Amino acid sequence: MGNQPLLQLKNLRTSFRIQDDYFAAVDDVSLTVNENEVVAIVGESGCGKSALALSIMGLHQEGRTKLEGNVNFNGRNLLSLSTGEMNKVRGKDIGMIFQDPLTALNPLMTCGKQIEESMTYHTSFTGGEKKERALELLKSVGIPNPGRTYKQYPHELSGGMRQRVVIAVAIACNPSIVIADEPTTALDVTIQAQIMDLLKELQKKNETGIILITHDLGVVAEMADRVAVMYAGEIVELADVHTLFENPLHPYTRSLLNSIPSTTDEKERLHVIQGVVPSLKNLPRKGCRFKNRIEWMDDHEHEENPVLREVEPDHFVRCTCYKNFHFPEEK
Amino acid sequence: MVFLKINNLKVYYPIRGGFFRRVVDHVKAVDDISFELKQGETYGLVGESGCGKTTTGRSIIGLTKSTAGEIIFEDKDLTKLSRKDYHNYRRDIQMIFQDPYSSLNPRKRVLDIVAEPLRNFEKLTIAEERQKVQFYIEKVGLSPEDVYKYPHEFSGGQRQRIGIARALTLNPKLIIADEPVSALDVSVQAQVLNFMQDIQKEFNLTYLFISHDLGIIQHMCDRIGIMYRGQFVEEGAAEDIYTNPQHIYTKRLISAIPDINPKNRDKQVEFRKKVNEEYKNSYDKYFNAEGKVYKLKQISNTHSVALP
Amino acid sequence: MLKFILRRILIMIPQLIILSVLIFALAKAMPGDALTGQLASSPKMDAQTLHELKQKLGMLDPPYVQYFRWLKGLLHGDMGMSIIHQTPVTQLLAGRMENTILLSAAVLILSYLIAIPLGIVSGRWTDSWADKMVVGYNYITFATPLFIFALLMLFIFGFVLGWFPTSGSVDIRVENGTFSYFMSKVNHLILPAFSGAIISTTVTIQYLRTEIIDTKIKDFVKTARAKGVSESNVYTRHILRNSFLPIAAFLGYDIVSLIGGSVFLESIYGYPGIGQLFITSIAQRDFSVVTALVMISGLATLVGTLLSDIILSAVDPRIRIE
Ligand SMILES: Nc1ncnc2c1ncn2[C@@H]1O[C@H](COP(=O)(O)OP(=O)(O)OP(=O)(O)O)[C@@H](O)[C@H]1O
Ligand SMILES: Nc1ncnc2c1ncn2[C@@H]1O[C@H](COP(=O)(O)OP(=O)(O)O)[C@@H](O)[C@H]1O
Ligand code: SF4
Ligand SMILES: [Mg+2]
Ligand SMILES: [Mg+2]
Repeated sequence: MGNQPLLQLKNLRTSFRIQDDYFAAVDDVSLTVNENEVVAIVGESGCGKSALALSIMGLHQEGRTKLEGNVNFNGRNLLSLSTGEMNKVRGKDIGMIFQDPLTALNPLMTCGKQIEESMTYHTSFTGGEKKERALELLKSVGIPNPGRTYKQYPHELSGGMRQRVVIAVAIACNPSIVIADEPTTALDVTIQAQIMDLLKELQKKNETGIILITHDLGVVAEMADRVAVMYAGEIVELADVHTLFENPLHPYTRSLLNSIPSTTDEKERLHVIQGVVPSLKNLPRKGCRFKNRIEWMDDHEHEENPVLREVEPDHFVRCTCYKNFHFPEEK
Repeated sequence: MVFLKINNLKVYYPIRGGFFRRVVDHVKAVDDISFELKQGETYGLVGESGCGKTTTGRSIIGLTKSTAGEIIFEDKDLTKLSRKDYHNYRRDIQMIFQDPYSSLNPRKRVLDIVAEPLRNFEKLTIAEERQKVQFYIEKVGLSPEDVYKYPHEFSGGQRQRIGIARALTLNPKLIIADEPVSALDVSVQAQVLNFMQDIQKEFNLTYLFISHDLGIIQHMCDRIGIMYRGQFVEEGAAEDIYTNPQHIYTKRLISAIPDINPKNRDKQVEFRKKVNEEYKNSYDKYFNAEGKVYKLKQISNTHSVALP
Repeated sequence: MLKFILRRILIMIPQLIILSVLIFALAKAMPGDALTGQLASSPKMDAQTLHELKQKLGMLDPPYVQYFRWLKGLLHGDMGMSIIHQTPVTQLLAGRMENTILLSAAVLILSYLIAIPLGIVSGRWTDSWADKMVVGYNYITFATPLFIFALLMLFIFGFVLGWFPTSGSVDIRVENGTFSYFMSKVNHLILPAFSGAIISTTVTIQYLRTEIIDTKIKDFVKTARAKGVSESNVYTRHILRNSFLPIAAFLGYDIVSLIGGSVFLESIYGYPGIGQLFITSIAQRDFSVVTALVMISGLATLVGTLLSDIILSAVDPRIRIE
């Protein structure tokens, strides 16, 4: 595994304008993605995962969004690039896969043309070469009849096939990083397994760095090398995948793990995380953001504004009192 | 007494074509299935997208007309009842839908949404109706004032619970839950699943639980039927299915459940590969010349498989 | 596709038959007939001659006999005689039909020429000052009734400034087929066409604007941007193509409503088309003309709907009609 850092986020903050004020949906996120590494970002919906992904790609609406910090890639800060310069990076160096294969493809364009489109901007291929490459890509994402699918429109394909086309679009120009925003959430379990296996296979073959966004810890366990758990815009725990599953420390991570119906101990009651992810405007900016979802814990045990600390080598946690944490039924 | 027994149910959707749009063929959405539910149990219906799970549920509740077969509910064949008699049974069977976002009318207050079945079946005064609605709204963990709000003011999990409250108002015996948590986040999903188990005990409910996720099915269900292209490939107690799957298709579904332990990931990939190999190589063993599955055969007291 | 069109045309036949029965019944149920009108103008006509005249014209036959005679004529392209004009209805319509089609086409093209750029600008740069102006413009055209606007235009550009003729479709003094004949036609067309076009831009602009606003936040647009597609191509290749769908679909219906709208335009501008003829014929109880016109507009509606469906299936691959 190459350990060269490919992409480095430093104190990234993404704020959206609501009425006249800006509210940070991604708050002070620092994260490194190395070559040939799968970094997962997990959290419930509304935690800022997509906002983070779109910030890296520079796809937020201008004028309604404020970006601060650094996104370093190839020695440049992507946040300081102009749209024109950024267009040369998008699709060529960084590819993106969206959640819903139903809506991620243009309904009026054949799959083949949609795959070829990024080659038009980033390569000097002739029409024939582009088609050849598109067919090759369709084959590599496991489409049984590339020649036919090349000419088909998205609505003519099943959900799983569409997601394969979306993946082909993202990797058309051999990007060194792929950002996959919930690539399997909209799919049923059998298709999800196929897509996970496909992504892993492609990742190994092309040695791509992948940012995998998901709320499904099962997907994380199967795919990630390193995991960042995100809550209310902040990274609350960061560790390699084995550490995270064997020794989860942050209360939020532990709550998430306890809420999955696992296949080993059945019929046990699932843990319910009280309350909901606060909306942007209601997000507590002072004190620990997770506090009101673990109300049974004594107030004085919490740290004022917890920072992300390295508690053991390469294991970061944003909570000092994690050692005292227990679930309500444990006491 | 038989609680619910489905005998040789078929639901065909017509495909129209040709010059006069005559029926040229059928989609066999449900093609000859039989199963039975005992009162108080949770029966899981599993299969990949499009295998006919929703169609089965809809035809039991009468939203889709069955093409052939019997649906026996408390010793009466629902398919043979007149419209009027049917109406009386309709209240004993309720349905929870997949998408909490689109299944509640956004322009109606929670009160009107939850009271809708009451208005169809019972003549209550406005005060009685509100009381009843508030009783159930509290049961699903919302506050009585919430009945005056609109669906968009609730989160996904809360909306799903409003849908459940609506299903509960008539004191039904059977609830058909069509992917009740598929559209929800893990934490909210846990909340709804716990809650469904609680009210099951409290109201002595029987569930027909539809899902494509075997992990959730295992957590919830006593017995499980595995569907493939409108037919059953395997049926048995939860334990039979998970520890001793016989049909290749069942194995495929089981192998697709992500393993929560990262140590097992390579094993899991291997397992999936092996199952897929077997699926390709021993196709003939599991499917007949027309590519259809065989009839179910009992292999133990609780376990049946579709093998030749 | 061909099959679909054929089937739709087959379905039209019973629809047209029902329409014809309705129209015929309605015309018969109207108080008075063309002769009542003439009676007033020639008081010398006594009851005896009137009866004879009616008998000669077949007006005393049982209704169904009259209906089938009318239908038979219709199928032979004979729409009866206009009692007022004393000419076959077909002949009466021919020239006016051409004028109406010309006017409608001009209105349609002008309206799209104005609406499409405005809609694009306003949808693409929402909340900019340009967008606010377009929205303002749209409020005004929405609130202004066509006949008031047309009268205003006629008054200003026709009477006060005298830039354009105030009635007719061509100067009767110029010879048919010459260049000045053509120019005169154009000159007569400009004012009514512009008035009609400006009022009918509202719907197109509104649709295009909301459609662009909806489309530009869709996921596939994000996918396109994530591929590195340049901003202008994101619009031309992805957003605009999808936003034009509903407008293309409305084209067929638009044609129909324009023919309806021509009633106002033609009356106000004294433009000899079928709209104007319709109004005068009703006033004069010239029922053979009225029924013919209603039949034609009924047919146009059916053809317009069919056209809309065909256009939609041509531009949207998701809609396949076999
Ligand atoms: N109204 C309908 N007309 C025609 N075909 C239909 C109709 N409803 C469903 N089908 C078809 O019947 C089959 C079974 O559909 P059904 O909705 O029962 O699947 P499902 O198992 O619930 O799938 P999912 O997991 O995607 O909800 C599918 O092939 C579907 O396309
Ligand atoms: N364009 C936007 N304008 C305003 N708020 C936004 C925008 N996009 C996302 N948000 C808010 O930012 C927070 C994080 O959203 P998102 O990144 O989509 O979450 P996730 O992907 O983790 O589900 C949410 O509170 C959401 O409502
Ligand atoms: S600091 Fe306190 S409130 Fe915050 S996560 Fe840790 S235990 Fe919970
Ligand atoms: Mg998201
Ligand atoms: Mg379904």
